[in-house]
Amino acid sequence: MLFNYDEFLESIDREAYHEGEWRWEEDGYEVTRTYPYSAPGCHNSCGLLYYTKDGKLERVEGDPLDPFAGGKLCMRCLDLPEVVNHPERIKYPMKRVGERGENKWERITWDEAGEIIKAELAKLDAQGYGRESIFVGSGTGRNVIWQVPLIGVALGTPNVGPLNLTGQSCYAPRVCGTAAPMGDYPIVDASMTSPDRYANVEWRKTDILVVWGNEPLKSNADGYIGHWLLPAIQMGTKIISVDPVLTWWGARAEYWLPVRPGTDCAMALAWLNVIISEDLYDHEFVDCWCAYFEELAEHVKQFTPEWAAEICGVPEEDIVGAARLYANASPGAIQWGLAYDTQVASMELTLAASDIMAICGDIDVPGGAVLVHNSFEINAGYALTDMYLPNADKKLTIRDLGYEGFPFMGSPDPDAVNIAMEAGKPYPIKMLWTQSSNALSCMSFAAPRTYETVKNAIDFCVYADPFMTPSMVAFADLVLPVAMTTERNSARTWWEPVRAMKKVTSFYEAKSDEEIICWLGNLLSPEIFKRWPTAEDLIEDYLRTGLAARGEDGEIVKAVFVAALDDDDAGLNERKDSEDERTLFRASEEGIALFDDLVQNSCGHRYWDWNGTYRKYEKGLLRPDGKVGFNTISGRIELVPPTYRVWGIDPLPTHSENIQSQKWFNDPEFRKEYPFYCVNGARSYEFFHSEHRQLETMREFHPDPLVKINPETAKEYGLKDGDWIWIENPDGRFKQRVKIFPGVSKWCVSAEHGWWFPEQPAEEPYLFGTFDSNPNNITHVMETGSGGVGAPRKNVCCKIYKVQEGDTMPGEQITRLGGFRDYVAGEM
Amino acid sequence: MKGILVNYEYCTGCHSCEVACKKELGLPKGEYGIKIDEFGPVKITVGPKAGKWEWAFFPMVTKSCDLCEGRIAKGKMPMCVQHCQAWCLAYGEVEDLVRKVDGKTRYALLVPEQS
Repeated sequence: MLFNYDEFLESIDREAYHEGEWRWEEDGYEVTRTYPYSAPGCHNSCGLLYYTKDGKLERVEGDPLDPFAGGKLCMRCLDLPEVVNHPERIKYPMKRVGERGENKWERITWDEAGEIIKAELAKLDAQGYGRESIFVGSGTGRNVIWQVPLIGVALGTPNVGPLNLTGQSCYAPRVCGTAAPMGDYPIVDASMTSPDRYANVEWRKTDILVVWGNEPLKSNADGYIGHWLLPAIQMGTKIISVDPVLTWWGARAEYWLPVRPGTDCAMALAWLNVIISEDLYDHEFVDCWCAYFEELAEHVKQFTPEWAAEICGVPEEDIVGAARLYANASPGAIQWGLAYDTQVASMELTLAASDIMAICGDIDVPGGAVLVHNSFEINAGYALTDMYLPNADKKLTIRDLGYEGFPFMGSPDPDAVNIAMEAGKPYPIKMLWTQSSNALSCMSFAAPRTYETVKNAIDFCVYADPFMTPSMVAFADLVLPVAMTTERNSARTWWEPVRAMKKVTSFYEAKSDEEIICWLGNLLSPEIFKRWPTAEDLIEDYLRTGLAARGEDGEIVKAVFVAALDDDDAGLNERKDSEDERTLFRASEEGIALFDDLVQNSCGHRYWDWNGTYRKYEKGLLRPDGKVGFNTISGRIELVPPTYRVWGIDPLPTHSENIQSQKWFNDPEFRKEYPFYCVNGARSYEFFHSEHRQLETMREFHPDPLVKINPETAKEYGLKDGDWIWIENPDGRFKQRVKIFPGVSKWCVSAEHGWWFPEQPAEEPYLFGTFDSNPNNITHVMETGSGGVGAPRKNVCCKIYKVQEGDTMPGEQITRLGGFRDYVAGEM
Repeated sequence: MKGILVNYEYCTGCHSCEVACKKELGLPKGEYGIKIDEFGPVKITVGPKAGKWEWAFFPMVTKSCDLCEGRIAKGKMPMCVQHCQAWCLAYGEVEDLVRKVDGKTRYALLVPEQS
């Protein structure tokens, strides 16, 4: 193998890469060592070197001395100069002058924008609506997650979250689904919690890695870099791939289990059955650290591999073989992904997989699934609205859908928001503020319906983004230009290490997300925001207190602490000692701001020992009371978690499927009409969701949306590579170009998401062509799993046929002809 | 003589080498200093590996490549090697690189024309 970390570290010419310096001159450039973090988007933040000249970003390269990524930038960051210097970026605030959808704008000043917002808020108040009638949306995983709740605070609304992401079907189900049994979140140990990385003497490679329901090399989701796992693979880590579509992992796997989409929970239950019935579990760990094992063992007796084989469409011997291989690993770990959230058995699947890792003793051990917190316990996020707003109890939750369980998600329930928008219950949504989200092209389930609802029901829409997007053209009344990553000072604490983003350029009148917050907050709610007159004040307070709420005397009265489960106050705790606890993170020099200290004295990052400590449960590090054990009521990993009951979810996991999937499985007539599952959302190296489509470099590699189909399907339908086909079901249709691919089964097609075509006209009916290739023309809303969580996105059923000349384009159908189908407002 | 050793069993086809090189050399659309070729996925039907999948990515160095002479002179790595996310590229003296080839995985040694 070529991977040799010691050799790599020794080979770096430290003088050439200016070790220890954060800024220097080189060949007429000013070079800055820092971290980028959106826009453009990604869930990560890899150390790099910006080369600027005369205030312009000219080139970028990775920083080999950065332990997070070792200088190994992906193609998107390597192309940063193209995107930050792009001629189509929004330069000034603008107000709409034509009708929505006409793409007619007039330049205004930030002051005028502020006056418009104030006038619209006055109108809302005068009409008698509460401020909760404002919804604030943001995109996934970008550097707006800790910031954007403060937009909600400024506007006075607790309804801050992703727009129309039915069933909370991204990441949050896995976070909650592990918080219940183990009190924390596990991620596969690729040495990333230690600055020594692969040279950390405690670290070892994962023995058996299960890549389940994601392609981490392309998605790098949830703060995790997929390529971190490559050194382990080179060192001999064996792979099990659970995915309907063959990936790089599947092609190199001991077992590739191409499950029927949305049947992953049946697979997980069968693994539990095998591991327990064949006595392959870790007795010592179960005896010492787990609770409710007998209940789980009794429950999973019914889920035989034979039973799962029929449901999943995978041979029984492969299920048994994979389960045995995993259980005998020392250690194993499951790299899970979005597919866990995009099926109705989401909470059950997460629990079952979590239980597999737990009973095999793979939790928080080197090479296993390590439990991680935000670096230095800086947890500002959705709970900020609960901390600062008097109307936090008006947040739309699963209670508004009729669920009786405790609303366990921090952000508002997207389906409840959808009903509020469509049907005005329990109150209408009249204003929308969107920060870095192009929901129409990307995350919005039932995109045609979102289009109709937002366009017609929302009186006032503000969009803040670096580029004019299809969603903006369709909805925005006011447009605000957002600074990109090179143009902002910021910080992140999502996993390790804490990182600082240093501003190196400016772009016309664009403001950073932090600057927009300080501007808006001090305009609308100065009593709260006077603490943060500038973005730098806000960032400093974020690093120092996690934006804790302070009393009259300046003392901290509320802070976001560990998401403890026995805490029914939405994650808020009294935490007067929070500043003292952060002494580790105190500036090393007196009188220097933490942010500047990070940037200038610490190469932009600092690691927190806590995350780098293994077996924290043995050391009293997980529980607020300092006792050994896990952060659950019993102190053990609760394999059948009572917390699920509190949330209204059966703690004994079972398999279930969405309506279409049940029909496909049970009804031959339905299957004749809709022979395929459409596995939506295949990722590419070139794009982060709907971003990067305007970049020539990315489109050179990936010009069009591709749908993978099996060679036999191609033969049967007379299709060849590059043909445009319609993918259709009762909800609508969209078109992509055929890529014949033997790694997708005969009953699946695999389509990409996030497409729009900046080269096409902006105005309706085109909207940059975003509806034409949009898989969310065939998804729907309000069909969710237990606890209101998990929704079918990667397992909707469809038929396919060739696009013909003269076919009505979806953009036309949706914006001009009333959409694809009728529906009742507020109902599925 | 310098070369680049590729452990192509582990190349993921992520395009980092291609873009890093394009940006370094200022190559326009359609031109590359290193270009990834792809074979597969194909299920092998014949021989001892029958039943296994073959899906290989292979970075090929073009005539535009100058082995990052300027960077090397300053003590830096070639752009493609520095940014290889899969840890499957190594730069060095050909005779040193050859010694890394152990037959346990798949290698190719790329030795472009050099001055």
